[in-house]
Amino acid sequence: MYHYDDLDKRQVQERADQFRDQVKRRLSGELSEENFLPLRLRNGLYMQKLAYMLRIAIPYGLLSSEQVRMLALIARTHDKGYGHFTTRQNIQFNWPQLEEVPDILDKLASVEMHAIQTSGNCIRNTTTDHLAGVANDELEDPRPYCEIIRQWSTLHPEFDWLPRKFKIAVSGADNDRAAVYFHDIGLRLVKNSEGKIGFQVLVGGGLGRTPVVGKEIKPFLEKRHLLSYLEAILRIYNLQGRRDNAYKARIKILVNALGIDEFRQQVDAEWEQIKQNGLELFETNIDRFKGFFQPPDYQAGDAHDSTLDAALAADKKFSIWYKHNTDDHKQPGYRIVYISLKPPTEPAGDATDVQMDVIADLADEYSFGEIQTTHNQNLVLKDIKLSDIYAVWKVLLKHNLATANIGTLTDMICCPGGTYCDLANATSIDVGLQINEKFDSLDYLYDLGDISIKISGCMNACGHHHIADIGILGVEKGGKDFYQITLGGSPGLDAAIGKRLGPAVAKERVPDIIGIIIDAYVEQRAEGECFNEFYSRTGIDLFKERVYANN
Amino acid sequence: MQIIKDQHIIDNEWQHCDETTELPSGKVTVPCSRWMEQREALISRGNIGLRLKATDSVDAIKDELVHFGCIAIEFAKFNDGRGFTQARLLRERYGYNGEIRAIGVFLQDQLYYMTRCGFNAFEFSAEQNLEKALIAFSAYTVTSQPDVFKNQEGIGPWR
Repeated sequence: MYHYDDLDKRQVQERADQFRDQVKRRLSGELSEENFLPLRLRNGLYMQKLAYMLRIAIPYGLLSSEQVRMLALIARTHDKGYGHFTTRQNIQFNWPQLEEVPDILDKLASVEMHAIQTSGNCIRNTTTDHLAGVANDELEDPRPYCEIIRQWSTLHPEFDWLPRKFKIAVSGADNDRAAVYFHDIGLRLVKNSEGKIGFQVLVGGGLGRTPVVGKEIKPFLEKRHLLSYLEAILRIYNLQGRRDNAYKARIKILVNALGIDEFRQQVDAEWEQIKQNGLELFETNIDRFKGFFQPPDYQAGDAHDSTLDAALAADKKFSIWYKHNTDDHKQPGYRIVYISLKPPTEPAGDATDVQMDVIADLADEYSFGEIQTTHNQNLVLKDIKLSDIYAVWKVLLKHNLATANIGTLTDMICCPGGTYCDLANATSIDVGLQINEKFDSLDYLYDLGDISIKISGCMNACGHHHIADIGILGVEKGGKDFYQITLGGSPGLDAAIGKRLGPAVAKERVPDIIGIIIDAYVEQRAEGECFNEFYSRTGIDLFKERVYANN
Repeated sequence: MQIIKDQHIIDNEWQHCDETTELPSGKVTVPCSRWMEQREALISRGNIGLRLKATDSVDAIKDELVHFGCIAIEFAKFNDGRGFTQARLLRERYGYNGEIRAIGVFLQDQLYYMTRCGFNAFEFSAEQNLEKALIAFSAYTVTSQPDVFKNQEGIGPWR
């Protein structure tokens, strides 16, 4: 993984020092809350319902064991013993004291981490495929480019006060696991007709209250122009994006208003002027970054391991977990292991300090000391030797980290919702837990196959409900929590925004309605047909009739 | 009244005039629209600076820059980042060498960023301890991308 050089270290420490001064000025009253607000937001510090919330950047979701141990220490020392992994591959702490935040930032800086630009109307943490570097279907590892974008976007002098927040995702595989069509800019590494690898550039995608599928602005961008092209897009957006209405300020609104062709023309005209302005990436620069993401020292291995096979045959619980929570690795003799942060009785994405320490130890012992976060709010140990998988599972099981539900209905994305979030219209966590309670049979979940439920507590859509097979959106009706159900969304290359099923329903009815939807699917699906395929074939009316028949 | 210019506290010499007021003697800035209307008269008067709002196009005045002793970019709100791009274009693309001054509502914590975009003068409208604001210029010693100063020696193409 990337390691800070002296300059990175200095920059991050200087940022921490600057924030310490800002907090001091706030506490002394020299800085008003109004003026402090944008400064703390740029350091990831939100005011939530009950306390401050600190969001820490995990660049493209990659963590070292040392960093995870530091997060555990912060959870223990400055929080109530847990952290929450987010859909943007970051981590949030829900209970820090303002006075202690400078100390937290110092601790983070000591392990090459920070909370810079995790909030505010600036360029946010760049996200990527959680299987980057190990996926079978990868054209090229996207992480060197993520790191290049991280550096370029960090404390960018011109783009710190954009009309609205700005999110970039990069994918390097045939399949899209980074939701590139739903980011302000989506970048896909692709091969052109001459066999050269560059970027397909998508722009203007996003969720929130106006979900939009991103549009292609450039089918093929040479790698060397990556940063100048991004800078051109940002500059047009900074000058022309709407600033009169926060709900219409994202780049998707500008792109739609101008039309993609006009927007492209303006970006290209700007780009022509800055192409050679010191942002060009040369082969030597790219190679330097690639050097940080070279494959680890894999041991030659076979596609099968006799000790693993024996364990799978002897231990049914293990074999079920293995089937659902591990994945093919590009390197023979290894598998990708998912750590589910979705046990039935805990909020999705939460991990305790003890769990984090355990995961760090596992990474050190078995997975080259690295841990990956996913936008589905799980963790991944990317490089587990076949002969080690059983041992890893035993440890995960002991610490409630081995719920065998990856990709199933209970592998839900769920935002913090009204339990914590000041923006929420309704709660999310308890809805997720109720659904878990209803669908408590793993065998039944396996029979349902791949199906996604995503829950957002408000239309800001942090829980990605628009791009779920079954989306659940919290709304408020007469002071009570109600939920709008959508069906048929998809985050991948078949990008689709879910359709509304019908009127919102009361909280206590949500699990039953999910049940009705699932029953309709189970009763009428063709052999081997997954929910998404079934929905594509039948459409929404069938579900509407079933759900609202008796109302 | 005092301002910060080139990281020193100095007395302000520029007066900001609106569309119609009779111009006092000395150095004055006028809004873009007044410049367009009274261009010839203002050129012969001399001692003229231009005032840009966030919505004004820098491209539209790019051939006029030689006439301005100062270009004041006005921040109606500190979180309106258009002025950052305006300053950068003036400095970097159109080679304006004179004073680029931030006026209106902005924060001392923004000075470092503004400097990198080409601002070299700062006139606070809100109450501000200028001595304390000077600290902001040395908040960082590392940059990660090109800016109006561009070549950071020995640190690769963009850093």
